[in-house]
Amino acid sequence: MLIPKLAQRNLIGAGARTWLNVVTTSLALFMIVFASGMYDGMIAYTKRVTVATEIGGGQYWHPAYDPDDPFSIDDSHGLLPDELRQIVRRGEAMPILVVQGAAYPAGRVLPVMIRGIPPQQSIIDLPTQVLQAQPDGALPVLMGQGMARLSELEKGDRFVLRWRDVHGSYDARDAEVVGIMDVENFKVDLGQVWLPLELLRTMVDVPGHATYVVIGADEALTAASGEWVPRDHIFLLQDILNAVKADQPYVWTLYGLLLALAAMGIFNSQVLSIFRRRREIGTLMSLGMHRGRVVSLFTMEGALHSVYALLLTIIWGAPVLYLVATRGIPIPYDGADIGIVMGQRMWPVYSAGLLGGTVILVALIVTLVSYLPSRRIAKMNPTDALRGRAA
Amino acid sequence: MSADSAIQIESLVKHFPMGGSVVEALKGVNLALGAGEFAGLVGPSGSGKTTLLNIIGGLDSPTQGSVRVLGEDLANKTHKQLADLRKEHIGFIFQTFNLLPVYTVFENVEFPLLLLNRTNGERQKAVDEALERVGLSHKTKARPATLSGGESQRVAIARAIVKQPSIILADEPTANLDAENSHNIMRILVELNEDNSTSFLFSTHDEKVMAYLRRTIHLVDGNITSDEVTTPSAP
Ligand SMILES: Nc1ncnc2c1ncn2[C@@H]1O[C@H](COP(=O)(O)OP(=O)(O)OP(=O)(O)O)[C@@H](O)[C@H]1O
Ligand SMILES: [Mg+2]
Repeated sequence: MLIPKLAQRNLIGAGARTWLNVVTTSLALFMIVFASGMYDGMIAYTKRVTVATEIGGGQYWHPAYDPDDPFSIDDSHGLLPDELRQIVRRGEAMPILVVQGAAYPAGRVLPVMIRGIPPQQSIIDLPTQVLQAQPDGALPVLMGQGMARLSELEKGDRFVLRWRDVHGSYDARDAEVVGIMDVENFKVDLGQVWLPLELLRTMVDVPGHATYVVIGADEALTAASGEWVPRDHIFLLQDILNAVKADQPYVWTLYGLLLALAAMGIFNSQVLSIFRRRREIGTLMSLGMHRGRVVSLFTMEGALHSVYALLLTIIWGAPVLYLVATRGIPIPYDGADIGIVMGQRMWPVYSAGLLGGTVILVALIVTLVSYLPSRRIAKMNPTDALRGRAA
Repeated sequence: MSADSAIQIESLVKHFPMGGSVVEALKGVNLALGAGEFAGLVGPSGSGKTTLLNIIGGLDSPTQGSVRVLGEDLANKTHKQLADLRKEHIGFIFQTFNLLPVYTVFENVEFPLLLLNRTNGERQKAVDEALERVGLSHKTKARPATLSGGESQRVAIARAIVKQPSIILADEPTANLDAENSHNIMRILVELNEDNSTSFLFSTHDEKVMAYLRRTIHLVDGNITSDEVTTPSAP
């Protein structure tokens, strides 16, 4: 325990230079945890919102359903297989019918996906109950805030909705906005209008048909149900996870820069310290410390920066991280505008892995940049060092 | 080799490469120093005094010849073994004091004992005794930067003696001190020598130091030109 003890004495004795490095390292440590926490929090939030408002515990898709191919949508519905009909009857799942259409608000035309959903459902977190309203001579329609803004419609406004029935003939009727929902998932908002399922089935003349079935968040997907394809979270969250992966290089670059900042400070002061303390190094050798031990001492001095930085970060950073985690951070822009699912506030998530991993990473890097310059001591001649000359 | 031989040097040659040529710092030195001697290497600047002390202390290696310290041939020793020899048996005193700047007086004197893994109690006692001897008991918490030259050298002496080494090598210990402090320091060292039978080897060209020596070895140009028993003239 001699080396750590001496290293601590030296480091504290070195004063301002030490604290400058400790503060930089602490900032890097904090920023990495903070940024990662934000990032993880955003992903977790996005997943939660997507699960709550869109995908539930998973889905069964009609074999022809491909959400990325609008032209096939109108042919991608059918009767539910028996197994699915049973879980729907038990209230553990609900069918959804998707049909292409167009909305004509105030003389403009907007292509829309018309989604039929059972108004009584409680499988996903959308206020579909408002669809029970029966406006006079109009179809009840629910839409998200983003869509309302896009179409310049308000609650109670009417517009013409046009669709094509199963026989290929176009039909159009007045629709009334019976509800505008504040939903953070743009995929159930932009370009989407929600109608009561049975009404939509009648409009298209496809009694009992659905495009996909959403199961409750607590239900489990079975392997297959007739021809219908089970889609689990991994599949349904794929685009989100891909977006995350696409961001990763930038995130790593940011961490790299932060770490480089801290590492460079410590590396520099190690180099300087070894240069300025040649005579001291010679003295240590004359007192009977062998070179390996002097190298350990100087390495330990550098490495201790990370210990102090950790302590410092716990003192000032932990309260900040805690506040942010409990209060969230307000987001000044709408996620839908940049094509991501995002809340009005951001809630960071700090996992044990993130905290532990960051600390270990920083400690390793700090130790490495402390060791590299210290190796020179092993090549120093004690007599040269004593005379204040570098090797 | 007698049992109480501290240092035994035969035909010691030391060359330093200097650019293309070679500096012959020691040109065949023979020297034996017994336990408890109080001897000094006296000679002009560049005569090889420091070089000789460094080689005896294992900080530098001979080009030729043999050096035995406390019966051990330094030629076969690794760096680590030489460091251990210094750690246990040799104390250094330098012209420039060489205190560890961030440590207190106490911590500086304690340092050699930390290297020897002495217990807390042992360290406390030995450091107190050593500081007492050099008259600095009241300065334990001071930092080197706040000490005068005389005080600094007394701390360095306490650090050198705290482990009660067999040999103390003192390279111009008074060169940075005024007359009064020089005499003070020499009196402390004489006392130590008499009480502990520690061998002292000085290097100096200071008349004040010479006045205390009981053996004076003249070194000129890397050769010992005279080696004689002297009677201390100082009180
Ligand atoms: N590391 C070295 N490299 C090259 N030459 C050296 C080295 N150390 C000493 N010398 C040379 O060896 C000779 C003896 O030097 P040394 O330092 O031993 O003399 P000294 O008697 O201690 O002198 P001073 O009284 O000035 O301290 C000098 O010529 C010096 O220049
Ligand atoms: Mg010299």
